[in-house]
Amino acid sequence: MGLPISHVLLVTGLLLMLVGLWGVFAHRNILRIIIGFSILNTGIHIVMVATGYVTDGTAPIIDKAMPVGEAVRSAVDPIPAALVVTAIVIGFSVTAVMLSYAVRLHQARKTLSIDAFTESKW
Amino acid sequence: MKRFFGAVAVLLFGVVLSGVATGYTERGAPSELAMRYLAEVPADLGAANVVTGILITYRGFDTLGEVAVLFMVAATVGLLLGGESRGTSAASRPASRPPSELVSNGAEVVLPVIFLFGTYVIVNGHLSAGGGFQGGAVVASAVGLMVLARPSVVLDHGFLSIAESLAGVLYVATGILGLILAGGFLDSRFLPPGVFGAFVSAGAIPLISALLGIKVGAELSVIIDRFRS
Repeated sequence: MGLPISHVLLVTGLLLMLVGLWGVFAHRNILRIIIGFSILNTGIHIVMVATGYVTDGTAPIIDKAMPVGEAVRSAVDPIPAALVVTAIVIGFSVTAVMLSYAVRLHQARKTLSIDAFTESKW
Repeated sequence: MKRFFGAVAVLLFGVVLSGVATGYTERGAPSELAMRYLAEVPADLGAANVVTGILITYRGFDTLGEVAVLFMVAATVGLLLGGESRGTSAASRPASRPPSELVSNGAEVVLPVIFLFGTYVIVNGHLSAGGGFQGGAVVASAVGLMVLARPSVVLDHGFLSIAESLAGVLYVATGILGLILAGGFLDSRFLPPGVFGAFVSAGAIPLISALLGIKVGAELSVIIDRFRS
């Protein structure tokens, strides 16, 4: 039997979150920080999907293999999946806004290093 | 020094998250709310894909808000990247390298298939994995490939914004029809549920899905195109 699949998925997601956080903290280039945010975002999505898994469950789509009455017993939790669809779109939107700010910052200073922007630093 | 504090912060997060990982046990049954959704989406809405049923009907208002967020992001990106730099950039920009043969030839073969697949995913959202958001994203990814393969291509922003606004207005109008003819705002049951599993079934879900697909595809295409200039 070994390790349950959702546990593998959960640990992968949590590790991706840590990788993303390290990317945000350690890098000085704005584009790399944005990539860090994206990885953090992806990790959170994977964690959310993993928590929706039910032992021996299958996709919550009714077909010949899984008739209507069967769904309550053999489908995974559909709520995290529905929430993650929302979260992916919002994550995309946030990344797009961050990237467009990065473009404007580069236009203003001709550099992408976060150390060049000290006005809002205290 | 900054890296040291960063490492400490990541380490502390790691301690917290490892607690989550060790304390996790796989669930034996879905939650009570999920059970209700799993039983009611096929019986009540007539949709085979439970996730689409939740997204479009039960959490329809949430989906409307999400579309509003996408619209605001398209406007924000346009505000930040459009404007004064748009006119001068084309002339002052150095001539960019043409796309490689692999990209341009690959795009010719793959592009129609991706557009077709995106449409398929949009209109089959109530039967199988997919839906308006997912299919719209696939269509927009094809637009991204097209922009990469043919840098000279000009997207018609007027057409895209008209298609997007029309889809949005029709989406809200469908929601109001649900309010008048069925149980509430964005209730998809004002059209007959039809035969379970047939292409035309599940009330208004395929209609709403198609509108969402058009809206999301157009918005994401506009966002991708804004980053070109």
